[in-house]
Amino acid sequence: MRNNRFIVIVGCGRLGSHLANHLSRAGNSVVVIDRDEPTFNELSPDFSGFRVHGDATQMDVLKGAKINKADVLIATTHEDNVNLMVAQVARKIFGVPHVLARVFDPKREEVYVQLGIDTICPTSVASEMFLRAVANGATEREGAQS
Amino acid sequence: MKVLIVGGGKTLYFLSRNFAARGYQVVIINRNREECVQLARQLSATVVCGDGSDAGILKEAGAMGADAILAITPNDQDNLVICQLASLKFGVPRTVALANDPDNAEVFEKLGVSGFSTTRIVGSLIEQRASLEQITNLLPVGEGRVNVTEIILDDDSPVVGKLLKDINLPENALVAVVIRDNRPIVPRGTNDLLAGDRVVLITLPENHGPVLKAFTGERI
Repeated sequence: MRNNRFIVIVGCGRLGSHLANHLSRAGNSVVVIDRDEPTFNELSPDFSGFRVHGDATQMDVLKGAKINKADVLIATTHEDNVNLMVAQVARKIFGVPHVLARVFDPKREEVYVQLGIDTICPTSVASEMFLRAVANGATEREGAQS
Repeated sequence: MKVLIVGGGKTLYFLSRNFAARGYQVVIINRNREECVQLARQLSATVVCGDGSDAGILKEAGAMGADAILAITPNDQDNLVICQLASLKFGVPRTVALANDPDNAEVFEKLGVSGFSTTRIVGSLIEQRASLEQITNLLPVGEGRVNVTEIILDDDSPVVGKLLKDINLPENALVAVVIRDNRPIVPRGTNDLLAGDRVVLITLPENHGPVLKAFTGERI
C-alpha cells in the first residue's frame, strides 16, 4: 500500500478519528471533515493533517477540502444517508478514484452496491462474526449439549 | 395517480391538501409521531410514521405502486437517498427531491434524481418581479432550458399594431398564445398585436433577453 496518498475522511467520530490518526501516522496527507468542531479533539497530537469544520453535504465544504485532488474518500459519519450522498458526489462529480462509505442498514447497502459505491456495513460484519463465534462455541461444547 | 410525500411542516401539509383535492391518492411519510397524528386528522391521506429512507417504511407506504415520490425533508442527504431507494428498489417512475442547499439541485440531477431548490425559485421570482412588472415568468421547462414567459403589451411596445409575420424575432422563439380580452388565440403570421394583449412566449435562455427586448423595446 502506498503511503503518500491524499485521503479525505468525512466524520471525526470514533471510527473517523481512528482512521485519520492511523492513516496520517502512516505518512498520508489526511483531511478530516466534521460539522461538530469539538470532535476534532479525538485526533491525536501527532495528527499532521487538516481539519475542515463544515457539513459535507454542501458542495462548498467539499471543495474547501480539495476533494477534487483526493485519491481516497472515506465517509464514516453516523448517518447512512450523509455517507451515501458524500460517497456518490465524490465518485461521480469529483471523480475520486477510490470511495468507501460506512452504511449501517444492510437493506440500504444492497442498493448502493448496484450503484457502484463501495460500502462497509458494520451491522453485517459484526453479525457475521457473532454468528461464527456462536457456531464455533457450539461445536466446542458439543458434548455438553443435552 | 398515487403520490408519496416524505417530510413535514406547512409545505408538506399544503402540498398534500392540494394533491388530495385534485383526487390524487396521497401517502405521507413523517418521522414525528405527534405530527403524524395531526396530519391524519386534518387530511384525507394515508400517513405512515417512520424514516422515509428506510426500505421497510417505503414498502409499507406502498412505494411499489406509486407513480411519484416527493422528498421535501430539511436534509438533502435524506431527500437524495429516499428518491434513489424509491426508484432503484421499488421502481417509482418519477422522483423529485428538494435541494435545501441550492447547489445540490445540480448534484441531484447528476445522480439521477430530479432536484429543485425553493430558494432559487423564490429568488428568481423576486428578481423578475422587481425588474419588470409587465413580465411574468410562468415556468421553466426541461430543467430550465426552455422558458415560458408572459408579457403584457403596453402602448409603448414596438410590436403593437404590427402583424406577427412583420415582427423580427430571434431564432428559436415562438409566440405561443395571445390572450385578448380573456380570450386565448393561438396566433398565425396574419394576426396583429394590440396594447393590452397578454403574449405568452417560448424562449431559450440564450435568446430570452433579445426576445423580451423585441416585445418591450429597449427598456430592459
